[in-house]
Amino acid sequence: MCQECREEKANVFFTKIVNGVKTEVHLCEKCAREKGDLEFTFEPKFSLQNFFASFLSEPLSEIWSAPQREQHPSKVQCSNCSLTFTQFSQIGRFGCSSCYSSFGEDKLQPLFRRIHGSINHNGKVPRRLGGTTRIKREIEKLRQQLQQHIQMEEYEKAAITRDKIKSLEKELDELDEPDEVDETDEPDEKEG
Amino acid sequence: MPEKTFIVSHWMEGTGPYAEVAVSSRVRLARNIRDIPFPYLASNTQTNKVREMICSGAAEQENKFDDLHFLKMEEAENIDRHVLVEKHLISPLLAKESHNSGVFLRKDEAVSIMVNEEDHLRIQSIFPGLQLEKAWEEVDSFDNLFENKLDYAFHERYGYLTACPTNVGTGLRASVMLHVPALIKTKQFNRILGALSQVGVAVRGLYGEGTDIIGNMVQISNQITLGQSEKEIIRNLFSVTRQVIEQENAARQSLLNENREVIADQSWRALGVLKYAHLLSSQEAIQLLSDIRLGFELGLVPRIERRLLNQMLVLIRPACLQMLAGKDLDARERDQERARQIRESLKGLAS
Ligand SMILES: [Zn+2]
Ligand SMILES: [Zn+2]
Repeated sequence: MCQECREEKANVFFTKIVNGVKTEVHLCEKCAREKGDLEFTFEPKFSLQNFFASFLSEPLSEIWSAPQREQHPSKVQCSNCSLTFTQFSQIGRFGCSSCYSSFGEDKLQPLFRRIHGSINHNGKVPRRLGGTTRIKREIEKLRQQLQQHIQMEEYEKAAITRDKIKSLEKELDELDEPDEVDETDEPDEKEG
Repeated sequence: MPEKTFIVSHWMEGTGPYAEVAVSSRVRLARNIRDIPFPYLASNTQTNKVREMICSGAAEQENKFDDLHFLKMEEAENIDRHVLVEKHLISPLLAKESHNSGVFLRKDEAVSIMVNEEDHLRIQSIFPGLQLEKAWEEVDSFDNLFENKLDYAFHERYGYLTACPTNVGTGLRASVMLHVPALIKTKQFNRILGALSQVGVAVRGLYGEGTDIIGNMVQISNQITLGQSEKEIIRNLFSVTRQVIEQENAARQSLLNENREVIADQSWRALGVLKYAHLLSSQEAIQLLSDIRLGFELGLVPRIERRLLNQMLVLIRPACLQMLAGKDLDARERDQERARQIRESLKGLAS
């Protein structure tokens, strides 16, 4: 039967392949014509349930260890948007940004590790949030780049990177300058 | 329904590095406002507030938003929404459900910023050829502007917070659309597919009844958004893509050396059919356009602009056809209109 209209007999068969995983699509001739434009989905179709189903050796229960889940299964809920953790694992979507703290590290970190192989953001940081943190991270990254350039003997690039580091360090100095004693940032004293 | 003309988006130009294989490069960032529920869960008042915050944030910027205009989804006609989807400027989700949604479109259609899609804000840019870096710089600069006006949901450890856990961290998805007929004809693509899935990229192709990918078009995108920096993600996808392009070009060369007449015959036949057919299904049209494209890239058929080929790939789709015809068309009428549009486009071409 046609997957689209669920009325006609399917006589057009497609196979969609994403990363070598095949999905059969069965359509009737009419729907095949309608859908004939064959669009790519840019966004990954994501379902938490399917996601874990693909790791048959480690079902959901092992990743979120049983005792935790049984303790207060209904209590894990976002205080801001009221989405429960159970709902989240069914729909595969958070309800709001507070869900990320409400659901707790023990639940989210194994999930992120599975999806991304990491639990730490390593990219852009909004300027407003942390001038010095951002610059320090940037300098760190540029230093690594500098090493690579030197290893590859790309000296022109190395010189450009070195200049960037210098100007960021200057920026950092200027930010740190204000007389108030800075007790929030870790004392990062290298040369003095 | 009034007849409208087809506006060519910047990505269809057929220019840019590696344009012989890379059709387009797209980058998008997902962003949200702190504590306001994501659009699917938010109340009408909340999504309305989000849209107002984003629009007034944009209005306070000088210059950068001058050549963008904002379209409220509930005010757009159904057909126009679907044309935007077919041109890759908005997502099917945005066209389908409006939660006080909308989109900023830049005149050249290289930038589109979706409001209240799966996330509050989706900043997207598409360039022709392999220009991931350029697309990234575009979205990055718009992100910097919004960041000054909106209280972004950002977590010390997890980065930018998104509705779907597959986007958390950078919120960045980048993809490249590639035309790889030679890899497919020489049966090398499956081997490459296996190798690609090992390096953190997703590959999508659509298979018809046979074993060939329809239109020989594949899309490669990053899978991971958390743990790598934006630049690393872009650089990784770029280098993977470049390798695929090199292999495609090598395969084209060997096709040319060993099967020149066969490829030439295929391209000329495709040209013949497209120039004279009166009924064309989209699948057939896409396949024939691919045959012509390969023939053109190998210098076997007369000069045809890539821009025209890209444009045809879009305007043969249902909503575009109906917009061009100025009326609703059933499937048979679309096949007719499709053939007519293609004949029209190829008219001047020497044969
Ligand atoms: Zn059907
Ligand atoms: Zn929440």
